[in-house]
Amino acid sequence: MHELGIAKSLLDIVRDEARRHGQARAVAVGVRIGELSGVNSKALIFGLESLTKGTEFDALEARIETASQRNRCTACNHEFLVVNHNTICPECGESQTQLIGGDEIEIVYVEFEE
Amino acid sequence: MKKRIALKQKVLENNDSIARRLRAVFESQKILTLNMIGSPGAGKTALLEQTLRRLPSGLRAAVLTGDIETDNDAARLARFGKPVRQITTGGACHLDAGMIERELDKLETQKVDILFVENVGNLVCPASFDLGEASKIVVLSVTEGDDKPIKYPATFAKADLLVLNKIDLLPHVPFDLARARGNAKRVRPGIDIIETSCLSGEGIDDWLRWIQTRASAM
Repeated sequence: MHELGIAKSLLDIVRDEARRHGQARAVAVGVRIGELSGVNSKALIFGLESLTKGTEFDALEARIETASQRNRCTACNHEFLVVNHNTICPECGESQTQLIGGDEIEIVYVEFEE
Repeated sequence: MKKRIALKQKVLENNDSIARRLRAVFESQKILTLNMIGSPGAGKTALLEQTLRRLPSGLRAAVLTGDIETDNDAARLARFGKPVRQITTGGACHLDAGMIERELDKLETQKVDILFVENVGNLVCPASFDLGEASKIVVLSVTEGDDKPIKYPATFAKADLLVLNKIDLLPHVPFDLARARGNAKRVRPGIDIIETSCLSGEGIDDWLRWIQTRASAM
């Protein structure tokens, strides 16, 4: 349960962004959570709601999209989505493939009301 | 009117920037830093006890050990005469890079070849926090179940080594070694796997060899 801390870091970034845009009112934040990030989306939303209630972010809506694991083949450089933990390259059958995505926790956008 | 500002900013950028700084320090001072992750009771501290007891004296070790409360682990590990510092997170379920940086100032790092970081007992949260380590190591005991690599893929997908611990208990538990190995390789094809028992000492030499190979490559 480290989602509360992650929610806090996320709000810090939104707050900085709001300041940068003349204290605009942030109404939505787009967040991408990789399936290998170790973050549970429901717990993150719960954390955000607990932190924003009765604050300037009361109306902030969290729009969370999940990102699947992506690997790159070390033999043929093919990039592919990993389904059901199967990390073998679907192009050439190579078993040594590298994680290139799906562990991200990032803010994609912030939406302000003007 | 609504206005959308595209960001693409990492939420844990604060942690990651400290981790990058730490990694640069470890690399320039040739310190092999290993981030040891596993459930409570998997045997992380027991493995470190064996390690500190048997590591060749030419390799100077230090330990940062994390727990939510108590300094019990530091007390267990301090008996071997190596520098050991307890990090008490006071509730947090993982270590973060800032905690490592704060403790690093208190270690004489110029006298350290290998820094073991024993994370808080947890197979989920530590995976999200880069500590600047050279490798993550998962310690999984045979009493936990052979499907753990696919149940907790985030941790296993980022680990360079899986230590399958407590193999002396294999006759008593329904743990399938081949299935555990297969599941780990499925999630992380390049993962090394070592089987150990900290009670009988079996496999500890393999583990020490793995560390020595890594340390000499620094």
